[in-house]
Amino acid sequence: MNFSEVFKQSNQLCRVSPDGKYLATCVQYRLVVRDVNTLQILHLYTCLDQIVHMEWSSDSLFILCAMYKRGLVQVWSLEQPDWYCKIDEGSIGLVSSRWSPDGRHILNTTEFHLRVTVWSLCTKAVSYIKYPKACQKGIDFSRDGCYMALAERRDCRDYVSVFVCDDWHLLRHFETETQDLAGVEWSPNGCVLAVWDSCLEYKVLLYSLDGRLLSTFSAYEWSLGIKSLAWSPSSQFLAIGSYDGKVRILNHITWKKVTEFDHPASINNTKAVSTLSNEYMSGAFHLPYPVQRHLKNCLAYSLSEWHEICPLPVQVPVVKPDLDRANPKVGVSSMAFSSDNRYLATKNDNMACVVWVWDMQRLGLLAVLEQTSAVRCFQWDPRRPRLALCTGNAKLYLWSPAGCVSVQVPAEGGFQVQSVTWHCSGDSLILLGKEQLCLCYMESRGNNYFVIKFAMNNHLDV
Amino acid sequence: MTMSPSWHHNNLPTMHSSTMPLSKSSYNVLSAFCTEDNVPRCISYINQEMDSLGFSSACIEASSTEVSGGLNTVPALNSMYELLQMQRRSQHCLQEQEAESLKSSSALEHLQITNSRLKDQLELSKRETSGLHEAERQLQLKIKTLQNCLKTEKDEVQKLQSIIASRASQYSHDAKRKERESTKLKERLNQLLVEKRDKKLAIDVLNYLGRADGKRSQWKTGKVEARHEGEMYRSLLSDYEVRHRALMLENVELKKVLQQMKREMVSILSPSPRKPCSSFRDHVEDSLELSTRSPLRDSTAGSDRDKEVGDCSRETLDQSCEHAREQLTNSIRQQWRRLKSHMERLDSQECVVSSASLVQQSQQRAGKELVPRQIHEEEMERMRLEVQQCKDFIQTQQQLLQQQLNSPCYDDETAALLNDCYTLEEKERLKEEWRLFDEQRKNFERERENFTEAAIRLGYEKKAFEEDRASWLKNQFLNMTPFVDRKRHSASETQHALSTSSEPDMRIPSTPARLTKSRTYTAFSTPKAVAGMPSTADLYHTLRLIPDSSSSSRGSSKRGSWQESNIIHSREDSRVRSRDRYGGGDCCSIFSLGLEENSLT
Repeated sequence: MNFSEVFKQSNQLCRVSPDGKYLATCVQYRLVVRDVNTLQILHLYTCLDQIVHMEWSSDSLFILCAMYKRGLVQVWSLEQPDWYCKIDEGSIGLVSSRWSPDGRHILNTTEFHLRVTVWSLCTKAVSYIKYPKACQKGIDFSRDGCYMALAERRDCRDYVSVFVCDDWHLLRHFETETQDLAGVEWSPNGCVLAVWDSCLEYKVLLYSLDGRLLSTFSAYEWSLGIKSLAWSPSSQFLAIGSYDGKVRILNHITWKKVTEFDHPASINNTKAVSTLSNEYMSGAFHLPYPVQRHLKNCLAYSLSEWHEICPLPVQVPVVKPDLDRANPKVGVSSMAFSSDNRYLATKNDNMACVVWVWDMQRLGLLAVLEQTSAVRCFQWDPRRPRLALCTGNAKLYLWSPAGCVSVQVPAEGGFQVQSVTWHCSGDSLILLGKEQLCLCYMESRGNNYFVIKFAMNNHLDV
Repeated sequence: MTMSPSWHHNNLPTMHSSTMPLSKSSYNVLSAFCTEDNVPRCISYINQEMDSLGFSSACIEASSTEVSGGLNTVPALNSMYELLQMQRRSQHCLQEQEAESLKSSSALEHLQITNSRLKDQLELSKRETSGLHEAERQLQLKIKTLQNCLKTEKDEVQKLQSIIASRASQYSHDAKRKERESTKLKERLNQLLVEKRDKKLAIDVLNYLGRADGKRSQWKTGKVEARHEGEMYRSLLSDYEVRHRALMLENVELKKVLQQMKREMVSILSPSPRKPCSSFRDHVEDSLELSTRSPLRDSTAGSDRDKEVGDCSRETLDQSCEHAREQLTNSIRQQWRRLKSHMERLDSQECVVSSASLVQQSQQRAGKELVPRQIHEEEMERMRLEVQQCKDFIQTQQQLLQQQLNSPCYDDETAALLNDCYTLEEKERLKEEWRLFDEQRKNFERERENFTEAAIRLGYEKKAFEEDRASWLKNQFLNMTPFVDRKRHSASETQHALSTSSEPDMRIPSTPARLTKSRTYTAFSTPKAVAGMPSTADLYHTLRLIPDSSSSSRGSSKRGSWQESNIIHSREDSRVRSRDRYGGGDCCSIFSLGLEENSLT
């Protein structure tokens, strides 16, 4: 595992282009585009103000930089550095800006969610979509980029509009049976739209592309409901994380519950493996950067000592949430399926130090990754079943079915990893600190040496 | 009777309580009762008394004729005796009575105690009950108050619920109102924005881009709409097709599994015994059908139906029509049920057959059909026996082992035997080892002999060399060469001398080890000395049994001096050995030793 040098970054704005060739980072009001492999600066653009939001177009040719306070959006071209485009939303303000899937339209949401402005870079045409709903996830594009689902609110009722992204033709418009719609999300195959209600009511509605209601699911009533929702990449499963600390998995044929994953404070599942990353031991392994480069073999050896496989049953640290305050720290807030649909990683907010990995074939708990501090972010490798996570310290944690490992980021001045993002090839990771970023290269050649031979199977039989 | 009752009374207790001596004394005291004077009176009194006591009246007669007042003794004594008897009886009775009264008094006491205790208990329990009553009363009071509380709480809850409901409705109403207001405001804002024609609202593009797909944008027409619809339905359809295909595949897989299961079920059950009554149809059916259905048939009555169902199921397995599904599941269910019953029957049969008597019976009755089963049973029995034997064997072995382990010094016959048994193998191995070792030792001895021979020869050579040198030195001295050059010359001479000494060394082929070793020393000595120096070192090693590795590793650091010391030692050794046989060369060797030591220091 090698690390690049550290670069500056602001607002956690660092994105790899969809084709995986370029790395765009924002430093205050400057946009820096680098080659991912050499990390040499290819382009440098200067915006009018500090950049708040940045996004690549789907064809990796343009970069959108939004300055919400100024109501400005600037677009830069990689092919023609002289080309420019500036969109001014004027006095109405701007709260969100995004590319349409074709990379030729920009969707700006104005303040108060008054409307969504669709700017075309091809024709200079502008169109408005009125009544967008201000909610958790009001807009979602289907994976193939054909359709856009937009949550709307009219006359105190929720509606969903399905647009064809090609020409912004309104394909379907239907009312949903929700009290207060919280989000819409397309299944990865783009045929089913999941719509869920706000946290006051546990309700998931599944609509077909043509607006038919396929199914409704509600696990319970009179309690805080859905907190997060995730489709499996194969569209086969829909995972619903709720405030009761459980994840419910729906299947795609009957839309009934397949199973329910609880997050108990005491784990005595004999088939699960619990690992505890031990901070005290890891202190012994602190190496400067040049040494780290030549440490492939030693690394695998010494890293195995960093993690401790705990004997069952295991007590998970639970934080008692203050239920009287708004947005209590309870419930499953984030879930992610691995790219091969095999695993599901979840995090329960009142057990912030723990990431749970579930086996979707066996429909059971596979591993419990207990960290010493709260997990900030976790993400699956887009190619392989391995999970990267960070806890806001100077370490990167990786888990794969064969074992887990933590690596100290060899940067001076305390690089605290706030979030991690995989490169689309799965060969490298972008680690974002508070004001810095650094790339971490996986050695994809041969076998993954970082994977510790934990003799996992032995532990599974315990 | 009337006479002196007081006396009588006084007398009685003493009479009763006292024993013979007491009565004697009382007689003395009361001697006044009868005097010489009042004998007849006394007699009459006694008689009266006797009468009253129920004795014969004329028991005591005073012999009136005699003055002395003699008593008719016989009846008197008789009556006396009787009196005494009576007295004894009454005394006995009294004693009994006393004991009884004592017993009863103690019982009474005991009863009184228990009574008092019970009274206490009663008192206590009474108090308790009163306390409990009080508590109950209080509790009831409490209950009443609590019930009142509950009622009020319930009322409150209801009130609160109604309040909540009203609040909720109000809230939703307000929310709606607010939302309407906000939408109205938004609308207004929008209107304003539209009306005002915000100047700033603009897009500033250098030049327009082409569409990502390279096509031009199209007008919005009905045709486009239809196209969109079509595309949407196409994608939906494709998704459904994909899903359908997946389901089909799954279905096929499941069917395969089902078929395989069935086949295996059949194959497992086909060699099972069939009822003789069903065998009459066997010749009609072909082998396949036989294998398919024979295990599933349990009786002649059911076999017809079974056949039908079996056919049905076999057909339905192949077809996947809608209408066949129910039949399929039905048939599977039925077959499963029959399989289960069949298995149960088999189990029960086994139970029955396992008893020996029934084996005999069935042998007689079923003959051919049950032969395999019988054989099977026999085999089983045999195996069981064998297993038992093996187990016994293992157990005895274990026991013996335990014995041996527990008492190693336990000198028993069996223990010794066992010991022998266990050590025999080891002994043999040891013997083998011993033989090998002996061989090795012989080899070593032979080698040592060779070495000693070589050493002796070396000693001779050395002697010759020393002589040579002495003569040479003598010559030098005689020729009066300068003293400074001595060292150089001597060195060259040493070389010369060694070269000469190496010649006889080469003639000895009996030391192959040193020849192989000689390679390692080439770096440290002159080529001439190669043959001579290592041979002694090796000799030393072999004689002192110093491992080669240590010598070679040590030798690399301070090779020269060490080797030379080796030479000295070996020389000494050889000298000692050679002295016995070659006494003549004694003084010469001593001289050479001293010279070598000089060179060392």
